[in-house]
Parts: sequence; structure tokens; C-alpha cells
Amino acid sequence: MRCHDFPKLELPVFSSAHAHFICKMAAVQGGLVDAVEEKTIKSEPVADATANNSANDARAPSSSPGSGVSPGVNKPAAGAAEDQQTLLAVLQFLRKNNLSESVEILRREAGLPEDSLDQKGGDSTGTGLGGPEADGRTDAGSLLSRVTVSSSAPSKAVAEDQPDVNVVLSAYSQQGDPALYEVYYSGLKKFIETVLDCHRAELSQVFYPLFVHMYLELVYNNHENKAKAFFEKFSGDQECYYQDDLRVLCSLTKKEHMRGNETLLDFRTSKFVLRISRDSYQLLKRHLQERQNNQIWNIIQEHLYIDIFDGMPRSKGQIDAMSGSLAGEAKREANKAKVYYGLLKEPEIELPLDDEDEEAENEEGKPKKKKPKKDNMGSKSKKQDPNAPSQTRIPLPELKDSDKLDKIMNMKEATKRIRLGPDNLPSICFYSFLNAYQGLTAVDLTDDSSLIAGGFADSTVRVWSVTPKKLRKVKSAADLNMIDKESDDVLERIMDEKTASESKILYGHSGPVYGISFSPDRNYLLSSSEDGTIRLWSLQTFTCLVGYKGHNYPVWDTQFSPHGYYFVSGGHDRVARLWATDHYQPLRMFSGHLADITCTRFHPNSNYVVTGSSDRTIRLWDVLNGNCVRIFTGHKGPIHALAFSPNGKFLASGATDGRVLLWDIGHGLMVGELKGHTDTIYSLRFSRDSEILASGSMDNTVRLWDATKAFDLETDDFTAATGHIHLQDNSQELLLGSYMTKSTPVIHLHFTRRNLLLAAGGYNP
Amino acid sequence: MADREERRFAEVSRESIKLMAESAGVELGDDVAGLLAEDVCYRLREATQSSSQFMRHAKRRKLTVEDFNRALRWSNVEAICGYGAQDALPFRSVKDGELYFVEDREINLVELALATNIPKGCAETMVRVNVSYLDGKGNLEPQGTVPSAVQSLSDDLLKYYQQITRAILGEDPHLMKVALLDLQSNSKIAALLPYFVYVISGVKSVSHDLEQLNRLLHMVKSLVQNPYLYLGSYVRSLVSSVMYCILEPLAASINPLNDHWTLRDYAALLLSHIFWTHGDLVSGLYHQILLSLQKVLSDPVRPLCSHYGAVVGLHALGWKAVERVLFPHLPAYWANLQAVLDDYSVSNAQVKADGHKVYGAILVAVERLLKMKALSLSQPVEGGSSAQVGSTMGSTGYRVSSPGLSPPPEPLTEAALGIASHLQAGGSGCPWEEWTPVPLPAMYSELYSFFGDSLAVRFSTGPGKGNYAPCNPSQVSNSRKEPSGATSNPDTTRKMPQLTANLNISPRQDGSPRMDPHPPSLAATGSGRSVARASSVQRSRSSSSRSGQRSTGLSRDVFPKARFTPPQTGPPVFSFLIGGRQMGRRCQGRRPFQTTFAPSASLPIPPRAYTHKLPVIGRVGKPVRRWTCSHYSLHLPL
Repeated sequence: MRCHDFPKLELPVFSSAHAHFICKMAAVQGGLVDAVEEKTIKSEPVADATANNSANDARAPSSSPGSGVSPGVNKPAAGAAEDQQTLLAVLQFLRKNNLSESVEILRREAGLPEDSLDQKGGDSTGTGLGGPEADGRTDAGSLLSRVTVSSSAPSKAVAEDQPDVNVVLSAYSQQGDPALYEVYYSGLKKFIETVLDCHRAELSQVFYPLFVHMYLELVYNNHENKAKAFFEKFSGDQECYYQDDLRVLCSLTKKEHMRGNETLLDFRTSKFVLRISRDSYQLLKRHLQERQNNQIWNIIQEHLYIDIFDGMPRSKGQIDAMSGSLAGEAKREANKAKVYYGLLKEPEIELPLDDEDEEAENEEGKPKKKKPKKDNMGSKSKKQDPNAPSQTRIPLPELKDSDKLDKIMNMKEATKRIRLGPDNLPSICFYSFLNAYQGLTAVDLTDDSSLIAGGFADSTVRVWSVTPKKLRKVKSAADLNMIDKESDDVLERIMDEKTASESKILYGHSGPVYGISFSPDRNYLLSSSEDGTIRLWSLQTFTCLVGYKGHNYPVWDTQFSPHGYYFVSGGHDRVARLWATDHYQPLRMFSGHLADITCTRFHPNSNYVVTGSSDRTIRLWDVLNGNCVRIFTGHKGPIHALAFSPNGKFLASGATDGRVLLWDIGHGLMVGELKGHTDTIYSLRFSRDSEILASGSMDNTVRLWDATKAFDLETDDFTAATGHIHLQDNSQELLLGSYMTKSTPVIHLHFTRRNLLLAAGGYNP
Repeated sequence: MADREERRFAEVSRESIKLMAESAGVELGDDVAGLLAEDVCYRLREATQSSSQFMRHAKRRKLTVEDFNRALRWSNVEAICGYGAQDALPFRSVKDGELYFVEDREINLVELALATNIPKGCAETMVRVNVSYLDGKGNLEPQGTVPSAVQSLSDDLLKYYQQITRAILGEDPHLMKVALLDLQSNSKIAALLPYFVYVISGVKSVSHDLEQLNRLLHMVKSLVQNPYLYLGSYVRSLVSSVMYCILEPLAASINPLNDHWTLRDYAALLLSHIFWTHGDLVSGLYHQILLSLQKVLSDPVRPLCSHYGAVVGLHALGWKAVERVLFPHLPAYWANLQAVLDDYSVSNAQVKADGHKVYGAILVAVERLLKMKALSLSQPVEGGSSAQVGSTMGSTGYRVSSPGLSPPPEPLTEAALGIASHLQAGGSGCPWEEWTPVPLPAMYSELYSFFGDSLAVRFSTGPGKGNYAPCNPSQVSNSRKEPSGATSNPDTTRKMPQLTANLNISPRQDGSPRMDPHPPSLAATGSGRSVARASSVQRSRSSSSRSGQRSTGLSRDVFPKARFTPPQTGPPVFSFLIGGRQMGRRCQGRRPFQTTFAPSASLPIPPRAYTHKLPVIGRVGKPVRRWTCSHYSLHLPL
């Protein structure tokens, strides 16, 4: 690194920044932590940062590391005397490294007299019995003190057009001795290994964030080789579920790379959250203070958020269950907000056979049938659910006649529903997309299972009729005028029989269609695509009605609200958006995820949306105010499937790690873990009565889980208060069946109203 | 993180960077190259990381070039074009230097766009539903969509299979017809396909029984024509069975009374049909077929009936195949054939008769070659551009240049079944890579040197020479000489228009000998020929067939009138004429010139007796059913 900079020294014009850099290098040469330096760093944290960055920017990309003490020398107002000083320092440094030629050149260029150096440097070099290292330190020390004394406000002009990234990164500019990073880290490691067992697991949590931040600091300050060695030495100690992040980190060895690296920005912008018991924390704090290990302490202070709780330290298992996300665990406060997870009261509809009020989309069957089972699943009654939001919390569209008809149909079907259970598993029908040639990217079925739609990598959306009823377009306007509007079968007459076909293709997107969703009334279809748009299609005319532009990046998923009208979308831009079909701009933007939003789902009561992300967290958002009301951590990979239980109380999530996690929304707790799949889970669905959870995966299997049993646990007050969960490892007991497909990844699951399980995927020969 | 090796990435070395810079005309220092190399590595990794999310969202396991390009596009980097193909790219190395590269073949876009053989398999995307598990228990019904060999057969299917095979291989022709028809149209027999294919592969065990072979071939045809069957890789098996019938010296052919020629003709037609309709199911099929045909052709040890099979096989595969394999082989092969035909010993009579068969087959094949090539030259737009491209693009031209005729380009190395070794073993043939198309005039003159006026195709090659006196052969030959000075021979001037050969690939022409011997006038002409051309066979043949003389005398009067069209006008182009043919009714058009032999068609003369009298080149035998002809005879997709 130094070698690279030497040619620059021979340039006739000297920037003071360069000169200063070399001073800094001298300090580094000292090899020991310098008390003076540390103080300097602590005393001027923020102002330094920006100024230092301006200095960095002013220089070429291959420039020197930033340093906390640079601002003063940058100032043009600094007098000639100061320049002289700097030059002397440079000369000193060069001489010490036996670079006599450079010394000569520099002296000639600067017009310094031969003796000026001797005069200045003589006292230190001459007396230096401790060898060059000792010399370096003294020099550095004296120089530093001079420089800091003369430092003043940083030049604002440059600082103004700082890109964000630099501000973010600049926090890494402070540095200790790179050689000592390993010492610090292994010192801490040694300490944590020797503490009592009960604390060890908790304290081990700090390893990963510390490791990352120390590594990034090394990289930021251009200690490439040191950084590599550091990584090499300690990356193996990190938990296996951080592997993906470490892989990204490992490829990052240059400061320039840090700009624009999203993973890194995420790390920096958000404090890594750790939950540690008070005892453990005290232990750590005492240790660091005793050792005067300020480097680590600084990192902990600046980049980590330690959520201290009173009580017993958590076990390793408990910690592992909750960790794994990009930004550590959720803070406890994050999950304290009240969530109205109950279902909305159904509007009264004159029913021919059953006037029981039920939820529209995910309603239960006849209550008397399932009363015994449903006790702990949140009882359904005619009364308003105490946990339900008020009926008008968010405005919902009024029911149309057709909706009411559909609900009646729904009720009728529900009476014929099969009661599922461990002894009564659903039949599974598989919809294979043939000749889709790797192109099938998304599937959705209407609630009444009459239509199936597929999104394809070739930018098309195709809709098939699953029933013998063919798909027909509405007649053209001219033809519609000819129709007798008073006739009884006007709805039939408006359809153009000539266009009847089993499937329709919708063209419009200019990139793969990643998300697809039918409206509950089956009149519309939403599709989200790589082209950054969401399109609303009419299933009457089979044309595109609206293109919603807002996400400027690929939109990974979209879903209609169970009540229609609203829909949610999320994509690469890390922001989930809530839209209404008649607004071309989003109504809400939910931002907070640190990486791509990979899937989005509406809560059955339409008051909440849930988003899963590549940052390995799940967030629940309140549609009313846009707040994030729950953050669930525990997945070890990007989340690709989410499903609410029909009663709105639970959430299931599946990720690339092949695990399904179950969450209690009301308490904000993880309540179960279902292990079994060997590949990414792309689809999850609860049966209509919440007895069975079906999961479909890339490993070409559909698995059925006993949801009743999985949720059948008492949440005690202590757990609710502390968030410490005890997960049973009972996946095998809960697994009711595992069903292979014929080399067809299962990318969508759906329970019909009679509890027949439909699965869909593209045959992949 | 137990396995640290796992985290190693592919690195771009600074040498590579330097090389790339050099190719762009920039000289880089070591340090700069090092820095760049590191940065390139990082950017590559970054792009790879972000491309993986496109893969994940497309619900795939395989990262595609498309994914990578999307990642590049979203990070504002230009996408890399040209790597979108689904197939794996062949990675090659140069032996001398340690240079590795991805092979980058040129693709003619025009041809691709005009290609008529749009690959199959672009079937409509569809959704099929099947009940996979009933009440969570087991597969209820086998998935009908994906036939599988291990599927257990239902009783009904088993019964059907037994009935069908019994009917087809049984005695009752009516029953067989019904069975074949059903096999051709039944939509529910996917599960039986492997079994039928197995039955068909039994051709090897019944090579003594022409009738059975014939029935099995008909079975192949029915299966191939069944629109509900997806043959998949069974195509290979079917093709090998058919090839067996075409090429093998069947046990049945020991007895000269057995008309194995018809079987070979039919099998050849079937082969071409399979190839044109299902050839895309198996990669490399075309080249494999060509190579095995070539291997047989270049193997002098093989009996003549095998050679005959190879020639009709090539003919059936289209004129490109003939041009590619047969034509370059001709000089070498001619010597063998001539030796056979020149041997008048009684013991050789049978072999000689076979030789004449081969001769006739070759003649028909090259005639069509000439005709089609001329056609392609005169119609450069309609797929005819292939010939031009072929000639300009040299060695790689062939694979690329025949949109309508050859399957999508396939790397030769891919040819399985040791075909490449065939190529080396049968080295007398043209090496695959060095093949260059011969210009039409040269080809014509070369062929003419073999066949003389037996060639029914005539060319005029110059603008000024269009107006021939029909009976002036010297002018014809002079004009012919011009484009091909090297092979021209003054003796050719004495050639007279002759009756032409007609290999009866279409079974409609029921076995009358179509070949006519050469006139005695040729007897003297061959002496001047180069030995290499081995054209003296004509002389010998003609001298041996005085009986034909009379007929030629007769035809001479008729021929020219029919042969020459009014003089051409306009720019110089090749035009071709087919002697004695009324276009569109090729068979009937020939009849007038076959007066001498017409009666023999109806007479079941044993070949042996026949050949003693005449050099018959053509087929004697009973007619094949008419329906085959309607499907195949002239409908080779050319």
C-alpha cells in the first residue's frame, strides 16, 4: 500500500493531505496503542468523520486511509509554518524508512535547506536507542499533538456534497492499531470462553457483530492484508447461519467496494441488536474496562444495541432460535404494540341455511361442528372478537350483490367441508404446468378454486379456467349497445361467446412476473414484475387496466386484501407499499427492512400486512398508521413464504433454510419450528379450519403439519413478558405426511372451500 | 464454517487482465493490473450474489445467464448478449498455448429466421391436474402426462398390447391394418410405448423373414404418426431398428428371390420421416445417421445391398445429405462398383445385379442432388441461400447453412455412440471438418464423367449458350466444359442423350426396371477418361448391353423435344431440365422412354435371369401398398 503511494511523493505539488497521511503512517508504525491518539479519537468523533471524508474524496481512489486527526491540515488557511512542519514530518518518515532518494527529491522540490531536517529530527532520531519503532512513536506523538492543537472546523464546502454512503462509512474512520485487532478479538474470545457457562452463550452473541465491524474497520482503513488475515482467523468461529453474510463480507477487501455494498450499509445504518441479561452485560463491561479495551468498547457503543433484561441468562438454544437475521434480534419494545389480530365481524347476510356470521375469505365451517377443537384457536362467536379491530378501523369497500352471492356459495360449500385432522388428511390435487420450461415464476388460485393463473419468466401472465366453464371476454362496446339491458340473462349476454377458451394470455409486462394475486371477487388480477410495475388486469376483458409505478426495482410479490380494493406489494427497493386499486400512488409505504422484501401477505382482517425479507426478518405493519408493530427474527435465510392462520392469530413463515416457523401474533412470539424440508419453502397454507398447515417446497414435496397441535401450547406470562421461548423439537411428531411430486417444485398451495388441497408447480423434466 | 475451502472464489488473474487490456490496445503495469483484477473479481462476485436472488424468485435451482444479466442491468452495467442459450457452452482449450475459451460459433441469423424446421417442443404451456394423493394416502392413478417405463400396466393396457402385437405380427392382413390404424390414433398408449419399442427392436431377430420385418416397420410408422405419443429418447431406439433394416445384410437377402430392396426403400423412407418429424427429440441424430451411413458406404467389405441401403438412406434424408456424404465418396466408391460391374463371370451375376441396383440408386440420388442444388441456386431467397452461404462459409458452413434440411446445429463432438470414431475408422470418406461445397458446374461435370448421359438433368451454363440445337451434343458438352475445364473431356462430345435412371424410391412404380443401358457409341469414349474417375464403367456397361441400343435409338428422337426448353433470356443463371419428365408427374413422364422394358414390369422375372440379359438398374418386385407412397414418395420436405 505504501509502495503505491510513493510515486505520488515525487509529484511537484504536495497536498497537505498526503503529507498528513504519512504522518499518520508514522503513527501506525509505532506499533503500540498511543494514549494521545486514543484521546484524540474520542474527543472529536463526528466532526472528524465528515471532514475526514472530504479529505478522502479529494484524493484519488487509491488514496490513503482516513484518519481521525486530519481536518486541521486540510485547511488552506494553515500557515506556511505549518506546511513546513508537515513537510518535515514527511521527510522524517522517509528518512526513517531509508528512502533517501525520495528525501532528496522532496527536499529539492520543497526548497528546504539540507540541515532543516537534521535540525528538527535530530533530537529524536539521534537519541532513539529503542530503535525505529520507539522513534516513530515519539515522532507521531509530538506531531499529533501539534496537529490536533492546530485543528479547527472542517471545510464545510466539501462536506456538503458528501454522498450518504460516505457519512455512513466514515464511522469506521477511527482506528486503532490494525495489528492489535486480532489481539483484541482473541482476548475477548478467551475471556468469553472462560466465563461461566450460563453467560457464555449470551456473550458469544457479540462475536459476530464485533467481527464484522472490526473487519470492516480494517478494510475501510485500507489494511487489506490485515483484514484478510483477521477474516481468515476468526470467520470460522461464527455461527453457521451467518455464512451467507460472511461470504459477501469476504469478497469485500477494498474500501472502494464498501460504497454501494448494500449488505454493508445495512450493517452500518442499523445497530445490531443483542439481548443480553444484565449479569452477562456487567461481566462483559467489567472485562473490557479492566483491560482498557477501548477499541472493542467503542464498537459496542457505536454499532451495537444491547437490549438488557433482568433475569436468568438465556440458553444457547433460546438464543439460536431467535438470532440469524441481518440486524440481530428484534428489540423487545418492537413487539410490544397491541395488534388487533381478531377477525372482523361478518356483515349479516340472509342465508338460506346458516346465518352464523363468519369471516369472508377464511371463514370457519359450522361452529357446532368444530367447537371442541377450536377452543384455543380463538373462539368464534356472534359477538365482536375482543382482539378484533373496530369494523371501521380502515375503510373497507361495501359488499356488492355478487359478493354476497359468493359468500352464500361459500357458506354452502363450507357445510360440505371435510373436517381435517391427523387421522383425516386432505386429498391433494396437483396442477402441473407443462411445457413451462423453467418459466413458471408465480401461481395463484381464486378462493373458489375456479381459476388458476401463472406468472412466467417470459413476462406473460396466463389464466386458465379450472372448471369446464370457459373464459370469455365481454363484448365490445358497440356490441354491448345492442344488448337488451332489461333481459334476465344480461350478464350472460354481455359475454362474447366467440372468445371462449380454456386459457387467456395477458401481455404487458417487460420482465418476469414474480407475484400474482386474484382479487377476492375474481374480477381482477394483480401481477408484479421485474420491470418495477404492478399491473391490474381485468378478468372481464382480459386487458390491463392500470400499471402501478412506484417501485423502481423488481417487485417480488403482491397480494390483494381479503376484502379487495387494497393490495400490498414489496420488492427490491426494501419498501412495502400499500395501494388501493383506484389510486395510482401508494397509500402507505412501509420501510424498515434492510434487504429486499421477498413476500407480502394481508392479514385476514385487512388491518395488517406482513412482509418477509431477505434480511431474514418478518415485519408486521399496521395499515392504519404505517407502523411496524412486529418484528420476527429467527429465520436463517431469506423468507419466501408467509401464511396467516384463518383465525388471524398465527402466522407461519418459510424460508430458504427449509424451516417453517410459527408465530403468535398477539404475543409477538415464536411458537414453533417445523423442520423437514430440504430446500426453500415457496408456499404455505392453512386449511380452512386451521387444523392442518401445508407447506410446499423446492424439494418437490408437499408436507402436512398438525397445526392444531403445534399451536396447542400455553403461553405463560413469563414467556410473554420476557420473550424467552422454549421451543420443543417436535417436528417429527407434527409432521403428518410428506408427499412427493414428480420433479415439480411446489410453488403454490391452496385449500378449496371443502378442504381439498390443491398444489401447483411447473413440471421440470 | 467448518469448510473454509468453500469460500474460495474464482479469481481473475492479473495476467488475464493484462491480456484483455492488450487486446484492447492498452498496456498495463503490474500494479494496475493487480488492482483491476481484484476489483473485477469483486464486481463479479457482487453481480453473482445479486443474480442469485433473481434465480430464487424465479423458483429455480439453476442460475441462468438471464439472471446474471438482470443483475447487471439493475446495477447499471450493460448486459452481456449472446449467452442466452440453454445448452451448456463448450469450453475449449488451445493445445499449444494454455488458452481456454468458450467456443463461439457463428450463427447465420438470416437462416435462423427463415428456417422452416421450427423445433418441436414449443408446445403450448398448459395446466394438467391429477389427484396425487387421496386422503393423504398414496398415488391414486399414475400420472398420464409423463410416461415412464417403470409404470405398471393396467390390465386393459396389457390386453391391448397383446392384441395389437398379435394382430400386427399375425397372419390376417385385415386385422393388421386395423391394428396399425389404431396404433396410429390411440391417445392412451403412452404407457405402452416402451413395450412397443422393445417389440420393434426385435427386427434383429427376424432378419430372415421379410414379411415380419415389413410388419415391424409398419408398426414404427404407426407409432411415429401417432400424434398423442411423445417419443422422446425412444426415437433413438426406433431409428436404430430402422437403420438395421436399411443397412444390414439381412439373412433374407441371401435368397435373391426375396425382395429385400423394397424393404430397404421403405425403411429409408421411414427413416427420413422419423427424422423430419421427430429428429429434434434427440440431439445429434442427424449427424449420427449420416455418419453411420457414411461408414457403411466407405466400407468395401460390406455387401452391395448394404451400400444400396446407405445410398437410399442418404437419398431419403435429402439432397444435402447426398451432397455431403455420397458425392464426396463417389470417386472412391466408383472404383469398387465398377469392378463389380465389369466382372462378367457367371458366379458374379448375382453380385453384378446388386451392383446395378446400387448404380441406379446412386444415379437417382445425384440427379436429385443436381436438381435441388440448381433450384437452390436459382432461388436464393427461399432457403436457397443455404447454398451460397455454404459455399462462402467453408467448413462450418454446412451445419449452419441448411435451415430447411438439417437439424439445428450440433457440435460434432457431442455425437454419442462412438460416431466420431466411425469417422476416423472409415477415414476414406470426407473428413467432416474439411468439407467444402462443390460449385454446381464442377459437381455436374464430375457426375457427368461418371454417369454420362444417364443423368437426366441437363444444364445450360451460359447466357449465350441457351439456344442449343437440341440434337447438337457437342455444343452441350462444350458449354458444360467451360465452368469445369479440368474435368472436361473432348470425348464427352460424343455422348448422346440417353435414357435416364430412376431409382424407384416411391413404391408406386412397381418394379419395372427404370435404368437403361448406354448406347454403344459410348464404348469408345471412355478411353480418354482419367482412371481416377473410373468412368470406364460406363463404357463397359454399355458394351455389355447392346440390347439397349435399340431403345436408345428410339428415345433419341423423343428426348430432345422434351428436354430443352426455349432459349433463356435475361442474366446468366443456371437452369436445369429434366429429361423426359413432365414436371409433377415424374413417373408417368418417364414411361415413353422405357418402352423396351415396360413389359418386364409386369413379368415376375427372377433377377438372376434378368440380369443375364440386361444390366438392369432398378427394382424388380411387387408393389408396396399405395398408401406409403402418398405419404412419402415425393413429400420429402425439401
